[in-house]
Parts: sequence; C-alpha cells; structure tokens
Amino acid sequence: MKKTGSQILLECLQMEGVDTVFGYPGGAVINIYHDLVDYPGLNHILTRHEQAAVHAADGYARATGKVGVAIATSGPGATNTVTGIATAYMDSIPMVIITGQVPTPLIGNDAFQEADMVGITRPITKHNYLVKDIRDLARIIKQAFYIARTGRPGPVLVDLPKDVQVASHTFSYPDKVELRGYKPTVSGNIRQVEKAAKMVLAARKPVIYVGGGATLSNCPEQLQQFAETIQAPVTTTLMGMSSFPSRHELSLGMLGMHGTYYANMAVTNSDLLIAIGARFDDRVTGKIATFAPHAKIIHVDIDPTSIKKNVRVDLPIVGDLKDVLQNLVRKLAEHADEVAEMTTATENWRRQILDWKTEHPLTYQPSETEIKPQFVIEKIRELSSDDAIITTEVGQHQMWTAQFFQFTQPRTFLSSGGLGTMGYGLPAALGAQAAFPERQVIDISGDGSFQMNSQELATLVQYGLPVKIVILNNNYLGMVRQWQQLFFDRRYSQTVLELPIDFVMLAEAYGATGLRADKPDQVEETIRQAFATPGPVIMEFKVAREENVLPMVPAGRSIHEMVLAS
Amino acid sequence: MRHTISVLVENEFGVLSRVSGLFSGRGFNIESLSVAPTLDPSVSRMTIVTTGDDQVLEQITKHLNKLIDTIKVIDFTGTDYVERELALIKVNAEESLRAEVLRIADIFRSKVVDVGPRSYTLEVTGAPGKINAILELLRPFGIKEIVRTGPVVLGRGEKGGKG
Ligand SMILES: Cc1ncc(C[n+]2csc(CCOP(=O)(O)OP(=O)(O)O)c2C)c(N)n1
Ligand SMILES: [Mg+2]
Repeated sequence: MKKTGSQILLECLQMEGVDTVFGYPGGAVINIYHDLVDYPGLNHILTRHEQAAVHAADGYARATGKVGVAIATSGPGATNTVTGIATAYMDSIPMVIITGQVPTPLIGNDAFQEADMVGITRPITKHNYLVKDIRDLARIIKQAFYIARTGRPGPVLVDLPKDVQVASHTFSYPDKVELRGYKPTVSGNIRQVEKAAKMVLAARKPVIYVGGGATLSNCPEQLQQFAETIQAPVTTTLMGMSSFPSRHELSLGMLGMHGTYYANMAVTNSDLLIAIGARFDDRVTGKIATFAPHAKIIHVDIDPTSIKKNVRVDLPIVGDLKDVLQNLVRKLAEHADEVAEMTTATENWRRQILDWKTEHPLTYQPSETEIKPQFVIEKIRELSSDDAIITTEVGQHQMWTAQFFQFTQPRTFLSSGGLGTMGYGLPAALGAQAAFPERQVIDISGDGSFQMNSQELATLVQYGLPVKIVILNNNYLGMVRQWQQLFFDRRYSQTVLELPIDFVMLAEAYGATGLRADKPDQVEETIRQAFATPGPVIMEFKVAREENVLPMVPAGRSIHEMVLAS
Repeated sequence: MRHTISVLVENEFGVLSRVSGLFSGRGFNIESLSVAPTLDPSVSRMTIVTTGDDQVLEQITKHLNKLIDTIKVIDFTGTDYVERELALIKVNAEESLRAEVLRIADIFRSKVVDVGPRSYTLEVTGAPGKINAILELLRPFGIKEIVRTGPVVLGRGEKGGKG
C-alpha cells in the first residue's frame, strides 16, 4: 500500500523505536502533524520554542542513551533549532532533527519561510540531508538514525520539503544501512592496547582523565574496574562528571579552569595521563605548553580527529572505549604480579594526592546570614534521591553544581559542556522527565539563564512533568561578573540584572508552584516542601550576590596556577 | 609543506561544500582543488593541493575521512605519482612577436587553441613547475589572462586507489 511522505517518516520513526518526539508545528510540517494523530505510539510534546524542542530531545538522549528526535517547520522554526543543534554537536549527542522545507521547485527562490538548513547546519551536524525524492526518504531516515548513534554520536538533520511529504510511495524500511564512506572503528588495535598495558605498569604517577565519551560509550563500569585494578586516581571533565562516582576514594573530581586543586596538581605532576573519551578542551588544559608536562599521554577515543588535535600523544588508541577498557583490563589481569608491584609502587603517589586533598579541599565560607549557593547545592544533594537527574544552565551555578553535587550514577548530570548554552537546562530537564516520569529531575539554574527558556514552564505544566527548578538568584550574570571582578577592574558592565523578577509569581502565572527562600535556615524546608509538591516547582534562593567560583585558573595560565581564595 | 591529496567521494550535491567548508571552518588552506566523476559515475575524485606541517596534514586527512560522503583519502606526498595540470594562457601576440611566442610554445609542446588579431591562446599541460616556467617566459610579451586547472595526480603503477 502506498503511503505519503509524512506517513513514511512517521513509520520510520516507529521502526526506530522512537516513543517521544519534541516539536513545534508550522506550514511546512503541517502534513506531518496531520498524520501524527494516527500514530498514538509517538508521544509528541509541544514545547513553546523550537530551540527548547531540540534541547528537550537532547536531554532525553543524554538521560536515556537513545536517539532524541525533534521536529520544526521551515524558515524561522528551523533556524530556531540552530543553537540546540550546535549544543548537541559540541557534546556529541545522538539526535535526529526533522525540519520542514519549502517545496522542491521553490528551493532557492527565497520562498516564504525558506532557509537553507543544510547549508546553515553543515558545520554543526554530524551529517545532514535534503530529501529531494520520496523514494530516498526511508533510506535517509534509516541512515540518519544509524549515523546519529554510531561511532562518535552526533546530531543529524533531515530537511524534508513539503512536496516530498505530500507525494506517495510504497513504504519499505531497509533492514541494512550501506554507507561505503562510513565505517566507524569499534575495536581498538590490540597491539596498541598491549603497549598501553606496558605503559600503565611502568607508571608511578598515573592519572585517568575522563571525558564525555565514557557516558556515550556506556562504560562507567569498565572505567571503574580499570581504575580500581591499577589504583589510579580519576579526574573527569564537566562532560565526564557522572561517569565515575564522586565519592569513590580514587575520585579527584573535575579538572581544569574550575577544577579541584588536587585534580590539577595530580595532572601537572603525573607521569602517565590516560585520556578516556576526552578532547583536551582549552577549559581543561589551560596553557597547553605546560599541561601535564611530565606525563606520557595515552589517548583512547572513537574519533581519530580528537587525537593529537591540540596535545602531543604518545600512544593513540582509536576505538570504542568500552571495548578498549575491557581488553586493557584483561591484558592487565594476565600480569597480576606486575600489577601488584605497580599498585604498591604507586602508594606514595596516592598518599601525595591525599595530602593535596587535605591541604586544599573543595570548600566555601559558610554563612549564617546569607544563603551560600554551594550550601543550596549540598542540601539538594542531601535531600534528593541518588538517581535524581540534574540539569544545569550555564554560569556559576553550573560550576558549583559540578563541584559540590557529588554525582554517583551515570547519566544523572546533563549540562551543556562544549557550547556552554544558557537556556539549556530547563528544556533538557523537560526531555529527561518525559523519558523518566517517575524519577526526580532537577534543573539547577541561574536567574539569567532561566529567562532564556522560561516559556517552557508552560510545557511542564501542560504535560504534568514535575521538574523541580532551583534558581540561584544573585541578580547577576554571575560568571561574567566574576571575570569582570577579577580581570576587568570590577566594572560590572551589563551584568547586573537590575529588574528583580518575582519568580514565585512567574511560576504561578504558568500554573506551577513557586517557593522562595532568603535566609539560610529556610533552605532545607523550601527544598523539602518543593520535593513534596506534585508538578513543576520553582525554588528561588536569594543567594550571596558576589560569591565566586573557586578554585579558578585564569584564562591562558597553567592549571596548577590556581586562584584558591578571593 | 605542500601536499597533494586525492579524495574519492560520493558524487552527490553538497559534497563539494562539505569538503571546502571543512577546510575553511578549521583554518586549513586550499591551494587548488579539482573535481570530476570517475569511471564509476557515483564516485567523484577530488584532487586537493594544500599546505601545512605534519600535524595539520594529519588533521586534514582525518577530517576528510570523517565526512560521511568520503570513500577514500590518499595523501600522495612521499609516494611515486604522476602529476599534471592544464593551463590556458592568452598572451599578447602583436605581428612582430608572433614568431617568438610560437617558438616558446613549441619548446613546451604547447598548442595554440585560439588566435585573435592581437593574441594567442595557448594550451599547456605538465607538472605545475613546467607551467610556471612557460609563464615566466611569456610574461615579457604581456599575458592578458590565464586559467589553471590545478594539478591532478595518479599513483604510478599499482599505487593509488580504484575508480
Ligand atoms: C546563550 C548564552 N549567552 C551568553 C553566554 C555567556 N555567559 C556565560 S555565563 C553567563 C551568566 C549566566 O548568568 P546566570 O544564569 O544568572 O548564572 P550565574 O553565573 O549568575 O550563576 C553568561 C552571560 C552563554 N554562555 N550563553
Ligand atoms: Mg545569576
């Protein structure tokens, strides 16, 4: 039986096991929305902005590991997705974005609501397609999902002209993908793995440095096994955050610009740095010439372009992290005596790290009169369940969350690392909550970032998604203010959010619940009350306004040159 | 250092902009680029001349390989290959100069493909060095216009790719 292009699209989504789609209608996708009604298996969530639809699909993907799906109309709908797509691209999140396009005969004519989405998103997608012929549609959707989730994952955009949605063709879903130019390496070269094992056994000051790849490859278990086998300390990037338990004795927390003193000292003094799915971002390395100056570097990554991009690497291993770590642990098990010797010989190293931890732990100045933002985060941790999913926006509150939340389970920390997108956290929480209606989902936000996608309160209320929102309100674009304070003569140019917003009333306007605390002794009660309230809740905390995120490595400095106190 | 890279790609719309976008987006340099279908009409071959140190070249080849539409990437640097470029040169050829221009054309086994009242258009093929050499010799006569294809290369004997 023949089906229309829009039906074929929806059939393909079902075949891919998609259960939730985030989107926003318009003229160029009206056919898809018309047919959607006949597919009750596809739960569609109408966000209030296309950027939010993409972030929601992203949050859904990060929380579940599945491919997130978003739909937007042509022109302004499609261009509104750009920030969401770039966010996902920078963090390698598997997503398929469907955009409507003007009919093929009109393409290139500056038709009403036309935008060249394939051109616009070329540098921010893993791959993209313009479907010109309905006969290609099923194959392209199949390929889009395959490309999005395999190798180094990433967003794939499919631009679907209106006439292709309307045309009809027999539907058959290909069962195989044939792409002669795309064969991601999976197994790491075993000889390289053997060499890695030798280097590990010879190391006396090893450090494992973990990035977002560990989550993407679903290998936190293998990672922990590896770290425990060789008793090496583990530091993670922002993206690697929830893939190694923060309370583990080998955990060093985060490294880099706002990393812990001990993580940065460990990396600087290490003799072997084992990078697992990390890409040596400048926020991590600081001044590159003095990054890990004494270390040999082993770099394991599925994407060969990540390797030797900005640092020298002594041993590259291209492959899926889970596969490589499994083989590495197996190799090491064959040399149990040498492993025992190595772990004994590295006792001094671990003692040294312990000294660094006691010398300069992560800390802040508590206060009886003002709410310290770090205190709120500690309390949220204390009162939330272990499998709560935390999202953040971007700014000081994001860094404090990374520093103080103490994540214990994989895929529980969703944050825009690579692009640093303010406005990400609320829609990402929405997407995560749609995936896990029963789990606690909490967006830790700043007063600035929250206003970048606050319209999504409506979506939360409409779909009964009980996301809890924490606004650490400092009436500042705090992170920028901190830079101005430290490096720009305290000139707070355009970082004071003068207008005090009543976030409680804002919540109520949308039919959500709003709570406020301005004294430290109200914090716990406010959180308890919020957690006990059904539906979405905003908790507004009036926090110490000029608190800074510390430690801090000034931009361009070596990571051991940290500012530890204001 | 100068590198000549051959890239076999899917012969589809948009592939050229993916490749050129990769170079411009990452600050890599393209000296020349030529592209046309191969024996298999679904595959095109691009020949790209670029410059950069070893690290840059490693990144360029890795990124080219990473494109979904790229089937094969061959960096010919340090291997044995034949390299040819074609140029059309429109040179001043006033009555008094014609004989001399023709003599130079002859030495380079270049053909006159168009004759105007005051100009010749020469066709010359060869390695880029040869084309530079004839240009040097013709320059004093006054070159009105030139077009060069940029080099194309194939590995000698069995070297290189299929297609
Ligand atoms: C979309 C976007 N615009 C601008 C920035 C630059 N920026 C980074 S942090 C920040 C301040 C964020 O303020 P707020 O959300 O209140 O968080 P705080 O730092 O105060 O905790 C800004 C403007 C950004 N990261 N993203
Ligand atoms: Mg703020």
